[in-house]
Amino acid sequence: MDIFGSFALLLALLAAVYAFVAGIVGIVTRRTVLTKSARNAGIAVFGLVTLAVASLEYFFFTDNFTMAYVAEHSNRALPLFYKFAALWSGQEGSLLFWSWLLSIYAFSALFLNRKKHPELMPYVGVVLAGVQTFFLTLNNFVATPFNVLASANSSGVFHLARVTEGNGLNPLLQYPEMVIHPPMLYLGYTGFTIPFAFALAALLGRYPGEKWIHITRRWTMVAWCFQSIGILLGAHWAYAVLGWGGYWSWDPVENASLLPWITGTAFLHSVMMQEKRGMMKVWNVWLVFTTFMLSILGTLLTRSGVISSVHAFAQSGIGNWFVSFLAIVLAVCFWAWWMNRDYLRSDNQLDSLVSRESSFLFNNLVLLAACFAVLWGTLFPVLSEWFTRSKISVGPPFFNKVNVPIALFLLLLTGVGPLLAWRKTSFDALRRNFAWPLTGGVVAGVIAFIFGFREIYALICLILSVFVTLTIFAEFYRGARVIANRDHTNILSAVGDLTMRNTRRYGGYVVHFGMVLVFIGIAGSAFNKDIQMDMSPGQSLAIGPYTILCQNFDQVANDNYQSERATLEVFRNGHSEMMLYPQRRLYLASQVTETMVAVQSSALRDLYVVYAGRNPDTGKPVIHAYLNPLVKWIWFGGVVVVLGTGLAMLPNRRAAIVLKPVQEKSWGDALPATSPAPARRPESHD
Amino acid sequence: MKARTKFLVGSGIIVATLCMLAYVGFTQSKTYYHTISELPTLQGASLRQRMRVSGNVRAGSIAHRSGEVDFVLEEQNKTLPVSYIGHDPLPDTFKDGAQALVEGKINPDGSFVAEQVQAKCASKYQASPTGSPGAAQPGQTMNGAGGSGLPNKS
Repeated sequence: MDIFGSFALLLALLAAVYAFVAGIVGIVTRRTVLTKSARNAGIAVFGLVTLAVASLEYFFFTDNFTMAYVAEHSNRALPLFYKFAALWSGQEGSLLFWSWLLSIYAFSALFLNRKKHPELMPYVGVVLAGVQTFFLTLNNFVATPFNVLASANSSGVFHLARVTEGNGLNPLLQYPEMVIHPPMLYLGYTGFTIPFAFALAALLGRYPGEKWIHITRRWTMVAWCFQSIGILLGAHWAYAVLGWGGYWSWDPVENASLLPWITGTAFLHSVMMQEKRGMMKVWNVWLVFTTFMLSILGTLLTRSGVISSVHAFAQSGIGNWFVSFLAIVLAVCFWAWWMNRDYLRSDNQLDSLVSRESSFLFNNLVLLAACFAVLWGTLFPVLSEWFTRSKISVGPPFFNKVNVPIALFLLLLTGVGPLLAWRKTSFDALRRNFAWPLTGGVVAGVIAFIFGFREIYALICLILSVFVTLTIFAEFYRGARVIANRDHTNILSAVGDLTMRNTRRYGGYVVHFGMVLVFIGIAGSAFNKDIQMDMSPGQSLAIGPYTILCQNFDQVANDNYQSERATLEVFRNGHSEMMLYPQRRLYLASQVTETMVAVQSSALRDLYVVYAGRNPDTGKPVIHAYLNPLVKWIWFGGVVVVLGTGLAMLPNRRAAIVLKPVQEKSWGDALPATSPAPARRPESHD
Repeated sequence: MKARTKFLVGSGIIVATLCMLAYVGFTQSKTYYHTISELPTLQGASLRQRMRVSGNVRAGSIAHRSGEVDFVLEEQNKTLPVSYIGHDPLPDTFKDGAQALVEGKINPDGSFVAEQVQAKCASKYQASPTGSPGAAQPGQTMNGAGGSGLPNKS
């Protein structure tokens, strides 16, 4: 069976190479037969990689510990669920998983468009095949997951080792979210390959019109959505499993996942400038290129251990492959852009500082600044070692100092931008759209200040959050009222009707609202508290409104782990409110100890309790309690963001109603029922 | 003023502010990596820097005292006495022979005061209790790429 998997993987590489070479030859010689055969080879890669993945999963399910990768990442007692997820728990498997997800995307892109865009798709196929060739080369020759354990006997003949038990899965990964988090994040990382392929293909083929930008935008939204889910699940996993009371520590691996997300966000905004006004073409193409390269860099940082962190201790040689690949990609992008730069000439100029265009420009400016700051801070240990011979790292204060103001500025733009008109906004329109939301925000701020709210950033965040929320609700209300009056329906069904007529616009508002909730949750961290204490039964500690009484310590055990457990009763205002059972587990197969956090979560605050081990001096158990306000808003906001993105990807229910761009005063003015003008670019709303 | 000029001025202000913030954050949180053998060669201001040093915990050197944990890091026959004064309990992976990364400052007497300690088990691959001899010497095929130095998030 190991031969089967390796063979499928090798064939996949050959198919990818063929798709790449035949695709180029087909384009150059204009022979459709070759182009078609290259496309079919590209589609076949999917089937072959799937076979390889299935074969590795088969080894996991059959406990075949002769396979080095299975022996290292699984054991017999491991629940089935985790045996499945063990596929992506190490470097070799996760790179195979990368290739597989990429092949799924490539298959979808090639298959869904097999009868469309005959001038564009051959180029897309070539770019995709090129990326796949790189990853399949790694799978086959650099980090192959199909190594077997064997030892040579005295006469030099190798025999397969008979291994009866594996090392077990890293306990940190034995958590339900770890089964979902990596696939989501990887779907994000790999997903950015498709927009990259379309953008590079359009540039290389000088594809006429703006159709490619709509395709690119849609695929970017898919990848962006998965990346958002992946990042949030990762943060939630860190919060629920690592037991240090936080969800984000500016670790290189976390930063790596944030980088393409930031540039992807910038692209999703600035692409509107190209659709509506024919501006920012070069910028957009480079944003797509950059997003893809940052995804590759993210994979490199996650998998190679170039930056030492808690996440990645080990150094490995795979980094050079990635760096070389990045250099090739950059060179190709630069060459493609330089040869075709006249193709990207801008149609319009910036007319006024108070306009939608300039709000997008500022949005892109600060997003890119955030991206640069995070990238710089993450790579600083490597860069400083190259240039000054001394290795210097920067910590969370650096990232927070730069990114918190940027985030607040973005929050402001979230409220302001969508209500500004294209080209130029009149003072009247400004007053009409912003007077009430701004008043609401300031009033909320004043009330909070009176109640003793003194954290300046949290206060600004509150004011802006109220402001943005009011502008969003006002937008829904204004549009829905027109429909309700015309159709004599109630306002709620009118909101649904309105949303489904222009899913992109109103889905976008829902995403914005979700981000507001996430921001509120993050701002809550300004009020975090924590306390650590040695406790024996009968002792209690106080944190915020809670009193935690230690009742008992005991031990529990099963096949997979042994556990020390604290039984804590939580009182509030003298009433017993709940029981918490923080644990400390020793996993038997890997002999690793892990913390099991006990969290009591409510909309207002999380009570987060960690059994931190025994104090070596006194022998008493140590309890570390955290009070984290509003954390739940982050997860809930994340769900809203994902729903909003899904909504924005739905087709509009009726014929799209798009005003001609120059006539459109602002989104706030463009009431849906007023102008059935023919859509200039109906595809922009599909 | 043309809109373009205004935009450029606005951008300039934003970028300048961010650069200033970045500089302040950078000076507050920069941490130098040093090897144990480099430490005696440091002079002047670089002695007062915040730094990270890595090494292996010498077997038998861990001593718990009130309020601190003392141990000795070694690397290529050079040693460094460390006092950990942080509040968080030491990680479970911190034991004799473990690879540890300490963060803190150096004392005038050459010892190290650590505020944070990270640790990782010395051997990545441990023979399982029931494993056959084949499992005990897996080096031939398993010494390859070591990205499995988890905890990796993905």
